[in-house]
Amino acid sequence: MNVVARARAAAAAVEDPEIPVLTVEDLGILRDVALRDGVVEIVVAPTFLGCPATRTIADDIRAAVVAAGVRECRVRTTLSPPWTPDSITPEGRRKLLEYGIAPPSPGTPACPQCGSRNTETVSPFGSTLCKSLHRCLSCREPFDAFKCAGR
Amino acid sequence: MQETPRIRMLLGLADDALIHGHRLSEWTGHAPTLEEELALANIALDLIGQARALYQATGLPEDDLAYLRDPHQFRNVLIAELPNGDFAFTIARLLLVATAADLAWRDAATSDDSDLPAIAAMARNEIAYHIRHAADWLIRLGDGTEESHRRSQNALDALWPYTGELTVGIDRSAWLGAIEAVLERATLTHPADGWMQGGGRDGRHTEHLGHLLAEMQILPRSHPGATW
Repeated sequence: MNVVARARAAAAAVEDPEIPVLTVEDLGILRDVALRDGVVEIVVAPTFLGCPATRTIADDIRAAVVAAGVRECRVRTTLSPPWTPDSITPEGRRKLLEYGIAPPSPGTPACPQCGSRNTETVSPFGSTLCKSLHRCLSCREPFDAFKCAGR
Repeated sequence: MQETPRIRMLLGLADDALIHGHRLSEWTGHAPTLEEELALANIALDLIGQARALYQATGLPEDDLAYLRDPHQFRNVLIAELPNGDFAFTIARLLLVATAADLAWRDAATSDDSDLPAIAAMARNEIAYHIRHAADWLIRLGDGTEESHRRSQNALDALWPYTGELTVGIDRSAWLGAIEAVLERATLTHPADGWMQGGGRDGRHTEHLGHLLAEMQILPRSHPGATW
């Protein structure tokens, strides 16, 4: 494997610190890995402008890439084009659901436990910037949903 | 610091978000319910994130902008720095300010600036949640008990003279239309436009900003260059 492929594989496998079942690849925030001026550059797009995990993710990516034998790398953040919930991969959506978080969907989220659409929003603001708080009216379980901003 | 027109414009947007975000963060540990605690902290974090993106877009060191400027160098509107007051005041201000910010971001989204459209696209998604949250609460408070109605009306009456400066550069009639739609459902009214407070964009602030900055800036000013 060449250096860029090695860096990409290492970066892609880094876990999101707030939703550790998802990798940065699942989340769709890994934009690019390329060699620029002799240095491997990894480009990441934050999910929310104020996401406090952005810094940790950058640190984790740097550490993972160096551990994979890449001597020098840098992580750059980009806002353009902006990340949207559609950037989450099908694999990422599957993992979210399995973990008990409803993947982003326009309208009322389905309960990740029993699949019922009969749910209510408890609060549009949850334990992290990217999640909202809901309750299932069929099985009575409370659950988180990944926010579907802008829709 | 050389304040080009672009930097001045960015600082106006950024300082509004930082100062209002700091005010909202003061509710942490004091909000009426746990869900509201999370909501206000989330909104504060969104605003501080927006401020950071805008400070970075100036090309100047963001920590210096946040922590090493004095009150007269801040470009935020006065309404952002007013103390939180009661919960009704905090919610009414959030609705007035977030509705104006949404219109400002809408214009920014189509500007030809190198950084603004991308920041605006993300900020508008976030602010949609803030507006909905503030509107839901204001309707509940205004159309609630006699006490909650009275407090909400008092808040609007006190805040109104600060809204002139808030809508400079955006379409005030669009802003007013959005606000009035909420007030009608909340059975609240707003005072007629009269004499308006101003000066924030030019660095002429209320006494409250200095106190806010004293708390916000004390650590980096006491320990320059400290890291952790």
